[in-house]
Amino acid sequence: MKIAIASGKGGTGKTFVATNIFFTLLQNNYRAMLVDCDAEAPNAVAFFETKLIKETEVTQQVPVINTETCTFCGKCHDYCNYNAIFILPPMKIIHVIEDLCHGCGACSVACKFGAISEKPVSLGQVALYSTNRLPALIEARMNIGVMSPVTVIKVAIKQVDNQADIVILDAPPGTSCPFIQTVASADYVILVTEPTPFGLSDLKQSVETLKIINKPFGVIINRVGLGNNKVQKYLMQEKIPLLLEIPFKKEIAGLYSRGKIVSETDSFFAKQLQVLVENIFIQYGNSSNQR
Amino acid sequence: MEIAVISGKGGTGKSSISAAFATLNGKVVLADCDVDAANLYLIFNPSHEEENIYITGHKAFIDYSLCTNCGLCMDHCRFDAISLINDKVSISEIACDGCVLCSRICPENAIKMVANDKSRMYSGSFRNGKMVYGRLSPGEENSGKLVNMVREKAKQVAKKNGLETIILDGPPGIGCPVISTLTGVDKVVIVTEPTISGLHDMQRVMGIVQKFNLKAYVIINKYDLNVSMSTQIKTWCKESNITMAGELPFDKNMVEAMVQGKSITEFNPNINISKKIKIIWNKILNQKM
Repeated sequence: MKIAIASGKGGTGKTFVATNIFFTLLQNNYRAMLVDCDAEAPNAVAFFETKLIKETEVTQQVPVINTETCTFCGKCHDYCNYNAIFILPPMKIIHVIEDLCHGCGACSVACKFGAISEKPVSLGQVALYSTNRLPALIEARMNIGVMSPVTVIKVAIKQVDNQADIVILDAPPGTSCPFIQTVASADYVILVTEPTPFGLSDLKQSVETLKIINKPFGVIINRVGLGNNKVQKYLMQEKIPLLLEIPFKKEIAGLYSRGKIVSETDSFFAKQLQVLVENIFIQYGNSSNQR
Repeated sequence: MEIAVISGKGGTGKSSISAAFATLNGKVVLADCDVDAANLYLIFNPSHEEENIYITGHKAFIDYSLCTNCGLCMDHCRFDAISLINDKVSISEIACDGCVLCSRICPENAIKMVANDKSRMYSGSFRNGKMVYGRLSPGEENSGKLVNMVREKAKQVAKKNGLETIILDGPPGIGCPVISTLTGVDKVVIVTEPTISGLHDMQRVMGIVQKFNLKAYVIINKYDLNVSMSTQIKTWCKESNITMAGELPFDKNMVEAMVQGKSITEFNPNINISKKIKIIWNKILNQKM
């Protein structure tokens, strides 16, 4: 099964929770994998001793227009919904703005003169890493300057295949398309929030989104002790399961900042996470995933 | 002058620091460009003087009274959005990119494009000037375009009201909405934290900043949570020729201020962190480009 760790607000502790759950699963001999889907800012791999097994280049097709055969009819420009083709027929100027292209192929279909071919351009990489000689981590990494991480995320999740029984997806922040792509492929979503007004506001937005796409979910509140208790009240009102409260401790922040796994030394925390995931696995692990 | 506050990594304190900047000196225009998770309105409770509908894009829908199940759309879709479910051609709303190709090529004209019109842009007044912010409806895309709209509006509002400083509170990450926040701004403030992720994500976002050749200032927030990592960040900034604007200590008052709907400098202007933010802001404002 796939469990996505997500949050509307950035910096609430998604990667902290994802890496600690993943570590705990490995310790308990689960066939587990961690996929870092935060392709804009991937960080999960740094928490483990890993070896790179393979790296796949993720590409997108963009059009190449042959100006010899092009009649400057403008149909490709009309078909392009992303304004990625710039054309000035009287001047015989036609230009592809690769940054705007989504690779949909509409222009190729539009061109009746065979003037459009396609070439691949790099969007990023998907890397597979091993820990203890087992394939265990997949990282999606978008190139700097690329507009959307969605394609790289899709390829990363696909790479899991059947290599694990429990897959932890470390989701990107927000509730827009990168978030949706990640949680859509999950069987269950753990939302990580913090007990502050910003945390609550972004949590509500994530909850709304997950309800729309009909995903089962629960909430972990991180840094309890800071802020107020309005998140807890909201969860009670909405009957949303509160999976765990993680207290705010400077030691945890310090360990995390140095790239250390807290559940490695904190056996109580490790046990909490193990029970949490096992409960989710029992309840939702058998539901067949549509996507 | 447009000043963008970004971070790479989320949750480093961008919005709290932007809120402080917005309430320190004279009146400003504050634009919340984190349209995916807009939060500053929670602190400033701005009036809604104007509301604009933002169309994020279109999604394809099949009119099954016309569809012959020929599958041509399925062959053409490059987003794996069209598949057979129970032998019926079906479009996944989540995977659809809105490219319109299926609708264009359908021989039966059975595919219609429906606009997503649930996202909004608001502008109004707050206690220290004007505020513009966008709210992307959950699950929507094209946040970069909405950021452009927010910035355009902020410029208009600034001009109309004779306000000089525009503060842009940016989104996390390095993708399209961040690029839209950064293009053509005068100064960039990067708020980072002393963690491996904080350093790594700041380096990624600096890649964008350098691409646009922008003047950047770095603030290390919560520097005392890991002093040696803070030193590492400072060293990296020095080697990369990036100006350090200052360091801020971890202070629970930051959260307390937010809970009370105030910026830290409004909450208590006399505590150490507020004084430090004031020094940093004046440094950023006054340094010549």
